Amino acid sequence: MTLNDIEYLAETAKFELTPEEKQYFARSIDEVLKFADKLAELNTEGVEPTIYLLGIKNVFREDTVQSSMDRDLLLKNASDVEAGCYRVPKVVE
Amino acid sequence: MRYEVVIGLEIHAELSTRSKAFCSCSTTFGAEPNTQCCPVCIGMPGVLPVMNKKALEYTIKAGLALNCNIAKYTKWDRKNYFYPDLPRACQISQYDMPVCQNGYLDIVVDDQVRRIGINRIHLEEDAGKLLHDPYMDHTLVDLNRSGVPLIEIVTEPDLRSAEEARIFLENLKTILQYIDVSDCKMQEGSLRCDVNVSVRPEGQEEFGERTEMKNLNSFRAVYRAIEYEASRQISILEEGGKVLRETRRWDDGVGRSFAMRTKEQAQDYRYFPESDLPPVEIEDEWIEKIRREIPELPAQRQKRYVEEYGLPEYDAGILTASIDLANYFEKCVEMYQNPKTVSNWLMGDFLRLVNERNIEIADVPVSPENLVNLLRLIDGKVISGPIAKTVFEEMFNTGKDPETIVEQKGLKQISDRDELVEIIKKVIEDNPKSVEDYRKGKKKAMGFLVGQTMKATKGRANPQLVNEILMEQLNK
Amino acid sequence: MESYKLTVHEASDLIKKKKLTSQELTQAAINRIKQVEQDIKAFITLTDESAMEEAEKVDALINQGEDLPGIAGVPFGLEDSICTEGIRTTCASKMLENFVPQYEATVFGKLKAQKGILLGKLNMDEFSLGLTGETSYFLKTRNPWDVNQDIGGFCIGAAAAVAADEVFYSLAVDMGGSLRRSAALCGAVGLKPSYGMVSRYGVILSASSLAQIGIIAKDVRDCGMILQIISGHDEKDPMTVRTDLNGTIPASEPSIKGMRIGIPREYLDDRLNSDVAEAIKKALKVFQDLGACVEEITLPSVEYAPAAYSTILSAEASSNLGRYDGIKFGYKAEGFSDLDEMYKKTRSQGFGQQVKLRIMLGNHILSAENCERYYYKALQARTIIKGEFEKAFEKCDIIISPTCSTTGSEFERGTDDFLKAFLTDIYTAPAGVIGLPALTIPCGFDDNGFPIGMQLMGRAFEEGILLKAGLAFEQNTDYHIKRPVINWR
Repeated sequence: MTLNDIEYLAETAKFELTPEEKQYFARSIDEVLKFADKLAELNTEGVEPTIYLLGIKNVFREDTVQSSMDRDLLLKNASDVEAGCYRVPKVVE
Repeated sequence: MRYEVVIGLEIHAELSTRSKAFCSCSTTFGAEPNTQCCPVCIGMPGVLPVMNKKALEYTIKAGLALNCNIAKYTKWDRKNYFYPDLPRACQISQYDMPVCQNGYLDIVVDDQVRRIGINRIHLEEDAGKLLHDPYMDHTLVDLNRSGVPLIEIVTEPDLRSAEEARIFLENLKTILQYIDVSDCKMQEGSLRCDVNVSVRPEGQEEFGERTEMKNLNSFRAVYRAIEYEASRQISILEEGGKVLRETRRWDDGVGRSFAMRTKEQAQDYRYFPESDLPPVEIEDEWIEKIRREIPELPAQRQKRYVEEYGLPEYDAGILTASIDLANYFEKCVEMYQNPKTVSNWLMGDFLRLVNERNIEIADVPVSPENLVNLLRLIDGKVISGPIAKTVFEEMFNTGKDPETIVEQKGLKQISDRDELVEIIKKVIEDNPKSVEDYRKGKKKAMGFLVGQTMKATKGRANPQLVNEILMEQLNK
Repeated sequence: MESYKLTVHEASDLIKKKKLTSQELTQAAINRIKQVEQDIKAFITLTDESAMEEAEKVDALINQGEDLPGIAGVPFGLEDSICTEGIRTTCASKMLENFVPQYEATVFGKLKAQKGILLGKLNMDEFSLGLTGETSYFLKTRNPWDVNQDIGGFCIGAAAAVAADEVFYSLAVDMGGSLRRSAALCGAVGLKPSYGMVSRYGVILSASSLAQIGIIAKDVRDCGMILQIISGHDEKDPMTVRTDLNGTIPASEPSIKGMRIGIPREYLDDRLNSDVAEAIKKALKVFQDLGACVEEITLPSVEYAPAAYSTILSAEASSNLGRYDGIKFGYKAEGFSDLDEMYKKTRSQGFGQQVKLRIMLGNHILSAENCERYYYKALQARTIIKGEFEKAFEKCDIIISPTCSTTGSEFERGTDDFLKAFLTDIYTAPAGVIGLPALTIPCGFDDNGFPIGMQLMGRAFEEGILLKAGLAFEQNTDYHIKRPVINWR
């Protein structure tokens, strides 16, 4: 992990890191990846990936409407609310 | 040098399910902000999505109508990115196993059939809406739309002009409305379009570098954006430059596209499977059941109107361009023998008023029964043709039936011979100059006298009778 | 005996016979918490007041002669990852310090419906990303066996609270083994059910495909009773199966004659602490004496399970934790000038180091260029490991291993080595990676008196066999009865 790599990852994850943190994460990520690289020893040719642990398929709900959550209750956990909406800094498109 | 324009489209159509894709909140448009939300669609921690069966069935239906192969096995994936309208910072979408692949849509351009390939159709969820107030330094987030099911239809780069793209979109919209999977209301954002444009010297095999414009919200904007972008790229090439692969923002007001900041490009969405949603196996039986629900599509219907009702191609094309109009037409001709008369009325005053008032055909207050009643009043010579136009407009405004309007406004045609003779005698008396002109051989004077008679009867006189009586009186 | 020391079935019997009221029992537990909590630190939030109100209602019902279910009136704790409507749920993160869910987890609803009494929300690793509760933003929970105050290490609150007799049982998330590990180190019984056995709805999970809600209890019988209540299909969690546990929960004196026990060769190497190895050997003898046959088996790829686990965990966590952006709920930083800064300040200040590490790792692993190498490789490893277990289960009914390679004796407080432990943990990771049920039960003590745990793994949805073996073992040993002496002050 170079400093650049860490900065890129921090950007994608939306973190701002101190120089010390960058060093710490570079070291730790390298350490974990070293373990992950152990997987390379496994011969996985022709092996299907297992995404789901269960054989469950085709689970649906019917297209029926149920009442939504009361708006005041819904917005209760939000820290910045205006006119029934969540408020964020201006989004420049 | 001559250039060829190459266009591919990505169309997002919101599905018209009652409830959202992964929760039971309503999808009705226009509700107060954040009143159609629950922990699932605002991405609260710990809650889980459950797939709406109808949304998947609508996707399959769209695939069948667009001649796609339907996957035997499909799954959902997550597309990860941060944006305030995306509450979980990941969108449930489909990556490598879309529901539908390898379809096509035949369109007619300049009397030539052009087959436009459909690369894939996949199901995903819509994001919320950001409300920007230009005078505020904040943006407001409304998540009513978050989680509404959406299909993304991706074409092959088979379109060759802005006009072709426009025709394709018109046809596609009509089909989606016919199969009733999307209302395709662009003004409500339920149909949106991304456009990929590149140009290449005519005869060149490989494609030129392409640019992408996202979220165009009218067919006109699509048309103009393509025209602009094609000529922009051509002038770059003409000047010896290189087209950059980039996402551009189309400003419909200014009529130009602008490069977006590079930071917003080259996003790595880190797609990976959504393991909270079980995969789906689509059996043939299920596909066939959905196939049987697909109604006659516009192209077939147009052909049938020509063969069965003897309508001109042109009429049939206009009538079938909207399923609501086509259904309206068919209801009328079930009750009324002359399809061409119905077609003339629909293509004339009916569509004129629909366009003027900017309303949906489904919302037109005139029922097919009442339109047919109106036509029968004309046929029965109860009212004249010009009066019928007035009556129709009144029907359109008030929803009243034609008999009531004719009765209340006293618009019945005057076919009483004696009554007309009296009126015409007075017209002759009042216009000696015209009478003299007529007798001197100026046949045009006759028209003036007919006009005066109509004026005197406020248009209600039976035109045939007026002609007859005038001749009699003048030739006395 | 003080009533807080009872098991659920003992307490329930007394309540039904009107020899004990729910209020007395609940008050005893609250008094016990007052007595030991300052040393144990298992609770993030106590709900003692509402608990007493609920207990009063239960007593009223019993006085009216109502026949109540087995867990009625008995206090329990929930890990703070389990959403409780109207009660703060933090996931041990600053990010959710003030988060009060407007909805509740299905498991909590089920316990409430049976008149269980919630006594509070228990400490955990921040967003379950850790191993021993050390990454909690709020507090570090001490192993109740930590008599010398310097060794014994930390554990998740759900295990400590049960081991210290603060609650009678608890529910917590188990992914790679944090529940089983903590239960073993604390001398409690811990069950991670099969993936799909218990609804995950309303439980805050970092890794959707690994996590399952498990039980920590004082004995195997309690464990089975709770499992029966919380398991089953939930229409809010599509990944729950329709199984019926009725009849699979063992009888009071189960026979395990002829049961085939597999011992993986890979689990008994020199990494194992000698006290642990000895305890397992003795435990196997108990099983053999009861008529079970013990056979060595092989799981060649089991050593890849921790790497596969860590990789899948990071990938899924990086996505699951994206929703914490300060907009809809949770912590929001102050003093930002634009949207990007709001995201970054909020997430940097709201998450701890382990969480950040996992998220960045996950983003790295899922990036277009690394996805094949790590993420898909891990999913393939999962297939291989699953296949080996399936093959092993053709030869045996359960697989027995230590739960941890060490005991509390080896943990010195304040060391930062859990990442390494995590990455090399071949005992508990496999059941998480492939979704098997796994039960840990006390099977002895080391030289310093710290408990040793034994793990029993079974085929998916065969919790019944694990409980049967566990119950038979428990009825012929007394390791589970011994409680830590907490007299630090």
